[in-house]
Parts: sequence; C-alpha cells; structure tokens
Amino acid sequence: MPFGNTHNNFKLNYKVEEEYPDLSKHNNHMAKVLTKELYGKLRDKQTSSGYTLDDVIQTGIDNPGHPFIMTVGCVAGDEESYEVFKDLLDPVISDRHGGYKPTDKHKTDLNFENLKGGDDLDPNYVLSSRVRTGRSIKGYTLPPHNSRGERRAIEKLSIEALTSLEGEFKGKYYPLKSMTDAEQEQLINDHFLFDKPVSPLLTCAGMARDWPDGRGIWHNDDKTFLVWVNEEDHLRVISMQKGGNMREVFRRFCVGLQKIEEIFKKHNHGFMWNEHLGYILTCPSNLGTGLRGGVHVKLPKLSTHAKFEEILTRLRLQKRGTGGVDTASVGGVFDISNADRLGSSEVEQVQLVVDGVKLMVEMEKKLEKGEAIDSMIPAQK
Amino acid sequence: PVLFDDLAAHLFKLNYSAEQEYPDLSQHNNHMAKVLTPEMYAQLRDKETPSGFTLDDVIQTGVDNPGHPFIMTVGCVAGDEETYEVFKDLLDPVIEDRHGGYKPTDKHKTDLNAENLQGGDDLDPNYVLSSRVRTGRSIRGFCLPPHCSRGERRGIEQLSIEALDSLEGDLKGKYYALKNMTEEEQQQLIDDHFLFDKPVSPLLLASGMARDWPDARGIWHNDNKTFLVWVNEEDHLRVISMQKGGNMREVFNRFCTGLTKIEDLFKDRGHEFMWNEHLGYVLTCPSNLGTGLRAGVHVKLPHLSKHEKFGEILKRLRLQKRGTGGVDTAAVGGVFDISNADRLGFSEVELVQMVVDGVNLLVNMEKRLESGDGIDDLMPEQK
Repeated sequence: MPFGNTHNNFKLNYKVEEEYPDLSKHNNHMAKVLTKELYGKLRDKQTSSGYTLDDVIQTGIDNPGHPFIMTVGCVAGDEESYEVFKDLLDPVISDRHGGYKPTDKHKTDLNFENLKGGDDLDPNYVLSSRVRTGRSIKGYTLPPHNSRGERRAIEKLSIEALTSLEGEFKGKYYPLKSMTDAEQEQLINDHFLFDKPVSPLLTCAGMARDWPDGRGIWHNDDKTFLVWVNEEDHLRVISMQKGGNMREVFRRFCVGLQKIEEIFKKHNHGFMWNEHLGYILTCPSNLGTGLRGGVHVKLPKLSTHAKFEEILTRLRLQKRGTGGVDTASVGGVFDISNADRLGSSEVEQVQLVVDGVKLMVEMEKKLEKGEAIDSMIPAQK
Repeated sequence: PVLFDDLAAHLFKLNYSAEQEYPDLSQHNNHMAKVLTPEMYAQLRDKETPSGFTLDDVIQTGVDNPGHPFIMTVGCVAGDEETYEVFKDLLDPVIEDRHGGYKPTDKHKTDLNAENLQGGDDLDPNYVLSSRVRTGRSIRGFCLPPHCSRGERRGIEQLSIEALDSLEGDLKGKYYALKNMTEEEQQQLIDDHFLFDKPVSPLLLASGMARDWPDARGIWHNDNKTFLVWVNEEDHLRVISMQKGGNMREVFNRFCTGLTKIEDLFKDRGHEFMWNEHLGYVLTCPSNLGTGLRAGVHVKLPHLSKHEKFGEILKRLRLQKRGTGGVDTAAVGGVFDISNADRLGFSEVELVQMVVDGVNLLVNMEKRLESGDGIDDLMPEQK
C-alpha cells in the first residue's frame, strides 16, 4: 500500500541495523517490545495480503508518544497480522491488556439478560449512556491496508445488511461522499458525524486513504443505534440515548449486533473472531470485546477528590473529557467507561460500568452534603 | 538481491475489477485526475517498478487531495527513477500539461555554466531585498522519498555528509542532523530561515514522504550562510544558494560551482545524480523535472502589484509570484517572491536570465509608477 516501503524490494539488501527504526525517543507499546533482534527476525515476513512488519509499526515510529496516554504504536492490516507477527503483537497485547497470555481464552457474552440492573442510573447525574464496539468482516483486509475495491465491497455489504433491519432498527445510510448540506448539518447536531481522521496516530497508519470513498454513517430512525462504515474499523456499532438507562442501551446494542451478524454470515462474510483474541480489530487495544460502555456523568466534587484516580483504577474504569479520547472534561462532566477490552466479556464490562457509576454517583451525593466517602472506597476489582 | 516473496501478495487487489478499484475523481482538479481515465487505470494497475512502486502509489496523493483552491497541483509522484518509464502513459501527459506542451520526444538542455548568464549583478537593492536559487537532486540507485526505506534514506544521508564535509573555501560548512540538533542550533537555524520542519502539507504527507521523521533528515550550510543543502526532505537533496540584495549573478555563480563540486564528489564515491536527456534532472514531483530550478527574488512592488496588468506582465515574462513565506503564502507589505515559472524545456542559465531581465523590468515599472508615469510602453512581448 502507498505508505511507501510496503513493497520496497530493495530494503532487504540493507542490514538489520540499517533498517531498524530509531526508537530512542519513543514511548509506546511497540517501542517497548521491538528489539533489533525481533526486527531482524520478522522483517522479511508478510501476510498473504502482503502486509509487512514495517506496515505494522509505521504508526508507532511516526508517533513517538502521547503525553498522557501510552499508545499502542502498531496496527493490524488483516486478520493474519496477529498470527504472522505474533512475536511482536503477543507481548504488546499482554502489556496492554493486563498480562493477557498467548494461551488465554477470551469469553464473548452478548446476552443482555445476563446484566444485573443498570436501568436506573440517576439521570440527575448521568446525562447519557452509550455502548460502542467494532467489527471486522472476514475476507477483507483492514483499514490500514484495504484497497478501494475492498472498501467499497465492505460498504456495499454493510448497506445491504443494515437496510434490511426492521422495527426499532429501521434506518438509513448516508454515504460521506454524497451527503447533502442539510443531512450533514443534522448529523453534526446529532453528534453522529465522523470526520476524516486528523490524528497522526491514524493517518500514519494509512487509514485515511481515498477519503471519503466507501465511508458512511447509518442510523435508525429513532437515532439510538448508529453504525460507522470504514472509519478506523470496518464497522463501529454504537447504541446510545440520553439519561441513565444503560440496560436498555445494552439490550439494543446486543440485539442489533446479533441481527447484523446473522445477515453478514448469510453472505459468507461473518465477523473476524477467534477464541483467543475475541473480535479482531485494527488496533490491538480494541481486541476482545472491542467494547467501550460509558456514560457522561456530572461529578464536579468527586473529580476533585484526592482519591478520584484511585477509585477509578479500582473500579477498572477510565475517564475522558466529553469530547472523547484526548479531550478535557467540561463543567465537571466526565465520560466514564470500562478500561478493559480483552479477557472479560461484554456483560462483565458493562456490569463494571453500571456498578461503578452507581457507586460514584452515591459518592458525589455524599460529598455534596459535606460528608466523607472513605468508607465507600471499593476494593480492587 | 533478496526480494520479497512475490507479486501475488500485494496484488490481492487485482481480484477486484478495474472499475471496482478505479478512484472516484469526480470532485478532483489536479493534473493526475485530468489524465487518468478508467481505461488507463486498468492498463497500468498491475505494473510495478523493480523496487515495487505501483500505480496506486504514484497517484495516492492526488486521490487524497482533490484540489488546491488557487494552484493546479500535480497529484502524482515518483517513487524511483523507473517510475517515469513504467508509468509513462500517465506521466507523459501530466508532464506535457504541466510543462507547457513538452512532448515525450523532446530533449532538455542542461547548462550550469554561470558565465553564460548576462548581467544580473546589479538588481537595484532598494527594491530587491534578497536573491535565491534552489534546485533538487536525486541520487541514482536509491528510491525517492515517497518510497525509500530507512536504510536507503540513511545511506543517502551518509553519502551526503561525506560529500558535503569535503567542500572547502567559500563552501566549507557543517551538517546538522534534525534528530540531534541542540536547542541553540535549532534556534539559530530558525533565525537564519534555514530550518525545515516535518511536512504538514497533506500533499506531501499523503505520498508517504514524512515517514520515520526526523530520521536521516538534516541541514548542511556553509560557514558564510550563503549555500545550504536540505537532506531527505521532499527530494534526496535540495540545494539553495542565497544572499541579501540583488546580486543574482553571484548567487547563481555559487549555485553552479557548488552543485558541480557536489556532483563530482558523489561521482567519486560511485554515485551519480539521476538525469536523462529527455527529462533532465529526475525529481520526486513531476513539476520539478528538468532543471528543478526556482530562481527568485524578494522584491518591493507595492505599486506595480496593484496594477491591473500585473498578472499579464508576469505571464509574458514567464515569471510567477508568491508571498514571502513561499508557496501558498500571501505577500506582506507589497513585497513579493518573484521567480521563474518554468522548470523543463529551458536550461538553468535561460531560466535565471528570465528572472534577471524580468525583475529589472518590473523594478523599472515600479519606479515609473512611483513617479506617477505610465508603463504601457514598457509592456513586454510574450517570452
């Protein structure tokens, strides 16, 4: 692919030392793992679609480090990347996903009935609830590597699948390239529209090639179920609504996802999944469930408490600003979501969010009354 | 040489029909988009150069950058010397369109003999603030910036440092690698207007030229700060001669002397510059073929620049204007960057002559307008 030396036939004429990247100023998962020896071992390998080690790591070379977040620094170009480059990716996965071992098995559970509670998070504090994940379609290479023909085929399949949905899932597809101004304005107001990536983490991995060709947004008429096509993953599936009924959000998420998967399977293009890595996605950080379940919640007092970070860590939650990753919180409103992706199921991760947010809202209420919260500090989950 | 296991792998996309793979260029306005029909795409899509550069590599920047509001961009790049041969069906028409009708059978003349320039030592320094000549050079045997590997790029840097370090006299200087510059060195280079940054233009980023930044990139300049070489930016080498005032002759003299010396030093080490008699010097962007030369001045033309015939005059003189920040910037305080518009089909001496003669005329026109006189009698013919 066009990011230069994918198939630079001459580079193997140069010695390992000459080709090994300078990672001396780098702080990302790839840089921590990729020794010169490992580079030497993997540099002449490629997947059957032609994805090479240099392709996997380019984004991590070009982006030495994020000030606050330990970035992954490598991506997959296809399902096989995780196999052909396992000597690099297994340690990255282990480091990123809390010690997950190459022999570990991942559990998938999209049965929303297994969630306990979650329908009554206090809407005075919990402004909105959202669950997202990604899915990759078997038989196609991933966004860093796919050709225009592949991307368009993914789009076409996705449109067929999504437009056949009915009832609460009945909706419409808006291709980015032929959106009207009115449609665009509406999608922006609904906070549905995604833009051409500007983050160098994504652009250096080649994910923005040919923009906006083959990209689009589908959503149901109710505006509670949304699918992004061909952004950072083949599909990003999002269920959301105002208020604190995470249970309902998760129900719709599970039901919708399963309906979509059935239709893809009928076309002999199921989702990429295996029992070790769960759902296969572009970024190793999203393996497993690929799930981020979160709320926008008002925690002006708790967020300034000395133990806020510690509480989040113990609850296995993370905070972001309300603009998403890399943004700051505004007015004491935080985006709180599960930190884990791999090694626990969808139900388990959403349960952590539901239970954790409930607890934090109660802590906030206590602090409002000027009371202490020491007795409520949870044990490490 | 060891090669990657074969074509089959990265031609996965050939399982899709040409129609399925052909880019959507309906919103596009660049040279590549004007030329690349679906038929041509089908014909070229399974080709590659010996180093593995493909049609999709050539055109990606033009697909990702539909058009510039004011400038007709090229929309394609070369990944190696052979690109211009393997993809000639695309690149010849692009070259022809960009370089004033230059035909596939035309020959390009190289003339780096500064003695052949007439005059040029006396552009009025009350108007001409600075003079500058730049070009690019590619080193044969290495892939170009969109495609080169880290090993190749470092090889180019190493060779360049060896060659430049052996320059003497007026050209004696020092190399500053981007990756280990001190804060002080960096500040000095910024103050001298020498430092180049990681590209931010999507035109360059989309073609892969910023990969592995700042590895093997650097700046060399002579002690006098009048001769400067950029290593591994948009081309292997960018060579710049510059000084304050209007003595373009001296600037060009140093340019030619320095370039010729550098070329000799590379040859001594078994490496030539990429050149052929049809395309002249081979560079990354088709717009820079031929001489790769941009000779220009920063000149004060507050009256003339507002004259209704300013655009027409420049055109007839085969000159172009830019703001003083370079391409894509605006003029500040009536000071313009005026340079040759052509690159291919004219020699270096001819292009610099056009700048010298043209700027002399523009300054005379400015003086006329200052005194409230007309300039109609000074209007030039189309060169």
